[in-house]
Amino acid sequence: MKKSPVILVVAIGIGAALFFVLGRFVAIPTPIPNTNFSLQYALLGFMAGLFGPIAGLLIAFIGHALIDFSYGWGIWWSWVIASAVAGFIMGLASKKLALSEEPFDGKKIIIFNLFQIVAHLVAWGVVAPVFDILIYAEPANKVFTQGLVAGASNIVTTAVVGTLLCFGYTKARPAEGSLKKED
Amino acid sequence: MITFDTRLLAALTVLAVVVMIVSKVRISDVKVLFWFSFVFMILNTFLIFVFSPEHGVTVYGTRHEICHLVWKVYLVKEQLFYLLNIVLKYTSTIPVVILFVSTTDPSEFASSLNRIGVSYKIAYSVSLALRYIPDIQREYHDISIAQQARGLEMASRKQSFLKRLKNAASMLFPLIISSMNRIEVIANAMELRGFGKDKKRTWYSARPFRAADIFSVVVCVLMLAASIVLGIINGGRYFNPFV
Repeated sequence: MKKSPVILVVAIGIGAALFFVLGRFVAIPTPIPNTNFSLQYALLGFMAGLFGPIAGLLIAFIGHALIDFSYGWGIWWSWVIASAVAGFIMGLASKKLALSEEPFDGKKIIIFNLFQIVAHLVAWGVVAPVFDILIYAEPANKVFTQGLVAGASNIVTTAVVGTLLCFGYTKARPAEGSLKKED
Repeated sequence: MITFDTRLLAALTVLAVVVMIVSKVRISDVKVLFWFSFVFMILNTFLIFVFSPEHGVTVYGTRHEICHLVWKVYLVKEQLFYLLNIVLKYTSTIPVVILFVSTTDPSEFASSLNRIGVSYKIAYSVSLALRYIPDIQREYHDISIAQQARGLEMASRKQSFLKRLKNAASMLFPLIISSMNRIEVIANAMELRGFGKDKKRTWYSARPFRAADIFSVVVCVLMLAASIVLGIINGGRYFNPFV
């Protein structure tokens, strides 16, 4: 896909809107009561994989901030920042994935999942709890438990739904060079 | 944002309530938001207590027991005071946030973001996001109904969770494809109008800076200064009545 800056601006805007809608209104219950899969992180993995780290960072930042705003408790900065970090790291895979040009096959699936697992581990295992302690002065064991639960569920969601999205998207797009000139 | 000085937080709570009354926002309009944040506040405070019933002791450095609850858990004065601070932190911010949400025009918000120094491209992304949330929400709803009509079960607890996730993916997929098309259409339209050509742009909904704006900036700076000064006096983020 041509990386025009205008495409990037629009992708960030629409991506953030999608992130918001999925995070705010769509609830898929997990086996654990009262917790839901955050489908928005599967979407984030896909969008970041397609549009790169800057887009991933801003989609997550704007989308998550809007979700927090809409609930009325104010922006929970530590988790917003963690989301943005996750988006950024997942976006780093975009060059290798080349979702808009090449098919999404075995090796790419591994790359995608490797990046998303690292991204979620860093975001929810380190960034979110550390900022929780720095900004909100919450007890360490609480924030690390919360972070790990969120991280684990996000990894599963992204692994299943994110991979399926990437796969479906590359299937639906005509592959580069699939058209031949008639002799 | 950093301060946990009880006196300052209490003063800010009073201020937030006053501002809320002055703004004449109807309570019935924002009741749901208040309810959400109230539940979140209770839940979070409760979780803090469960995970760390003596966190206040490490914060304030002293220990005044009130009574024994269950097992190894004691009710401690410091902990109650610490939790009071957490609650005050919410009560001082929630009304302000709700006011902000219910009184800000999205396109004015984007132009204001640009004015305070955020790059106009990012500001425009924010305004695009706000503009397209209702559309995407409607589209999601349509897709969800269409897929359910075709027999896709969405949030049933009877299914295994892998199956649930797979179903979610088949809901998401049409949404993603249509959003990709949407992105292309909007980007083309913007490109045709020369978006992103210049370093700056003007905003239809820009507002001039007025005396009231300067006044509120001064008030914010004063509050920030107060929190810093109190931080120095207290020798930390907390006001400690126990020493």
